[in-house]
Amino acid sequence: MDNTILMMIIGMGIVTYIPRMIPLVALSSLKLPLFVQNVLKNVPYATLGALIVPGIFLISEDIVFGIIGALAATLIAFTGANVIVVVMGSIGTLVLYSMFL
Amino acid sequence: MATITSLGKKQSSFLQGTQGGLSIAIGYLPVALTFGLLAKSTGLSLSETVMMSLIVFAGASQYISLSLIAVGTGVIEIIFTTFIVNIRHFLMSASLSEKVDDDPLWKKALYSFGLTDETFTVASTKEGTVNASYLFGLMLISYASWVVNSGIGYVIGASLPTTVQESMGIALYAMFIGLLIPSLKKHRKVLFLAVLAAILNSLCYASQAISTGWAIVLSTIVSAVLVELFYLKVESKEVNHNG
Repeated sequence: MDNTILMMIIGMGIVTYIPRMIPLVALSSLKLPLFVQNVLKNVPYATLGALIVPGIFLISEDIVFGIIGALAATLIAFTGANVIVVVMGSIGTLVLYSMFL
Repeated sequence: MATITSLGKKQSSFLQGTQGGLSIAIGYLPVALTFGLLAKSTGLSLSETVMMSLIVFAGASQYISLSLIAVGTGVIEIIFTTFIVNIRHFLMSASLSEKVDDDPLWKKALYSFGLTDETFTVASTKEGTVNASYLFGLMLISYASWVVNSGIGYVIGASLPTTVQESMGIALYAMFIGLLIPSLKKHRKVLFLAVLAAILNSLCYASQAISTGWAIVLSTIVSAVLVELFYLKVESKEVNHNG
């Protein structure tokens, strides 16, 4: 194995691990102000919004592909289906779309 | 008896974790296969490819490192870029710290290795708190999919047929939607948080002023703070009304 590549991989691993680990370990004994706690509880839902849009519309050069996928996922999720059903259903919808259209 | 019960409980939250991670494992499949394929065409060996997935476990930055290697960028620059791209996990780790049970620190240090956009969103939208066993289950199945499929992509040296590849590209987004909708139906606040962050992130994307990683951090923080301030104001008004 190339030593430079190995060093690069280890370096990448360290700088990726540190931001993942420090808050979880350091904040476990620390009591944050209530406002900060509430903001941190908002983070997952805001993150989801940012992770979905605009990325979902860019999965293919054909923007319709992303729109159909987004609609399928939203409709299936609204029925209260399990996440895995939402995932498989959306993939299936797009396979059908690309086969027939 | 007590140990048997606690063992059973541990096992079930581990299994629950692997179930929660199944969508991630499916979603990582096409992304990891393509990573393996690209790593091969960039000139990495099989062991280097698998080792990168084993040690780094961060999709976007691994892709970027390949394109940087291809144009001959130096090691330090690649490591620095990786740091910048992955610093968003700092925010997710802080958020998750409000959600996790009081497990021993070494366990927290261990499972924090598996914190990705996907494992974070699955764990933090779960009802109640999450413990170490659940997180180990969730992360292990995701990690396994990432590492194994990186290797398979390299060995096969071809990606899935375009139709399947493109269709499977929806998987992680569909999962995010599937995680968001149930909470969104219950709380209007969730709708505000997600929509505001989506708009902000789209503006960042359209302006091309900052990179994707920072755009997610910025739009998440601004949305989380603004919505909280808004609710604080509404609540204090209600209190004034009633008082």
